[in-house]
Amino acid sequence: MNRFEYIRPATVADAIAALNEPAARALAGGTNLVDLMKYDVAQPSRLVDINRLPLKSIEITSGGALRIGALVTNTDLAWHQDVREKWPILSSAILAGASPQLRNAATAGGNLMQRTRCYYFYDPSTACNKRQPGSGCSAIGGVNRIHAILGASDSCIAVHPSDMCVAMVALDASVEVEGPEGKRSIPMSGFHRLPGGEPERDNTLKVGELITSIIIPEPHFGAHHTYLKIRDRLSYAFALISVAAALRVDEGVIQDARIALGGVAHKPWRDFDAEKSLKGERVGTQGFTQVADFILRDAKGQGDNDFKIELARRAIVRALEQAAAGTPQDQADKSIH
Amino acid sequence: MNQIPHYPQISISLTINGTLHELKVEPWVTLLDLLRERLLLTGTKKGCDQGQCGACTVLVDGKRVNSCLALAVSRDGAEITTIEGLAQNGELHPLQVAFIGRDAFQCGYCTPGQICSAAGLLAEGHTRSRAEIREHMSGNLCRCGAYTNIADAVEDVLMPRIAAKEAAE
Repeated sequence: MNRFEYIRPATVADAIAALNEPAARALAGGTNLVDLMKYDVAQPSRLVDINRLPLKSIEITSGGALRIGALVTNTDLAWHQDVREKWPILSSAILAGASPQLRNAATAGGNLMQRTRCYYFYDPSTACNKRQPGSGCSAIGGVNRIHAILGASDSCIAVHPSDMCVAMVALDASVEVEGPEGKRSIPMSGFHRLPGGEPERDNTLKVGELITSIIIPEPHFGAHHTYLKIRDRLSYAFALISVAAALRVDEGVIQDARIALGGVAHKPWRDFDAEKSLKGERVGTQGFTQVADFILRDAKGQGDNDFKIELARRAIVRALEQAAAGTPQDQADKSIH
Repeated sequence: MNQIPHYPQISISLTINGTLHELKVEPWVTLLDLLRERLLLTGTKKGCDQGQCGACTVLVDGKRVNSCLALAVSRDGAEITTIEGLAQNGELHPLQVAFIGRDAFQCGYCTPGQICSAAGLLAEGHTRSRAEIREHMSGNLCRCGAYTNIADAVEDVLMPRIAAKEAAE
């Protein structure tokens, strides 16, 4: 681990001032950043410990939306009574990820900022455009079982690892940030980005900006939702494919549909055209198969991960069937019905 | 010659197993290394040192965390409980008794982390079934593969507590 300056600000304004240099990093739970520092993948000049900032509350706004402080732990968010009742897909996605120990430390803001688990990104002895821009991508033509099938570029085929973010994208969340130029709100679907020619940029945050909260409107899907996560072992592994699916159904006709995928791209993948195509359709496997094919129309394998295209297709169909039936995936009993 | 930058040590206080410690630490020292190397509390184990195995699990303000991924400075003011702090007045913690009773280990290296993790699980109150025990203990790996007996030991302590709580309600 490199040597760094350590600052523990008491106010958001002081934190933003301390973060206003390119090699400064905010420290929250540390579950990803400290890990990356041990590998010398992250080498911050300054750590700004934001754990004393007043960003730890979960509130329901006057408009009925959920406001999640950036420092709320994954555990506190997933088990919060209002979240379990009104935003159950968010609770389910969080509980599908990591381990209880990690969820006790990891924060909502930190989850958005976590970096890919591409093995080459984690190994400084290899070329990686995300870690060292211009050095090349070892995963293209290398071992790429876990890598992207949608939205990849010639520079990078890494995937975003989060479960929580997949549910947040499906639920139309927005990210509140504060920086040297003031406050702004970023729609969750535009927070993370595709790699293009700049894979070193995971998201659209600017230097010095700090996530302060995440806002999610109240969804109206009742029990018609699921978070289905497919991975190499039953617990405590990143998604090969995950699907957050939610439907609003009236007498068998779909009024609103949300489908977001994890493990497939550099960002949680949501296809608004695909969702629109389900509106007015009757629930049924045939329509679900068609929409899955549509979502994956541009999917491209890299060799080792070719299987993920068919896996994604089947996972989308199964998730939509679970949502239609009102039988969300159980995250403790792993059998998939 | 370039001057090596000076990084000051930082004063922190931690209450560890009931005893207050005033310490000066460099900011890059993890809670795990502080416990083991400075305070010689070597019950907490370093397995992967990357948050993947759970051998370093301790309770911070009553909640289980991976001490290898926690910088000690960022936990200033916290109350830490390690495996050395679970026994009270010479009496083993019920989980320690259950792990012995169920022979829930082979080499024993993961055991302190398993027991601290299980203590966190009991306090959380979200675990009610065998499937949930397995899921909620999934952050602790056992390379000897004693999982069945570990789940038995946790079940031995958890289930009577659930029954007692239900009887009281």
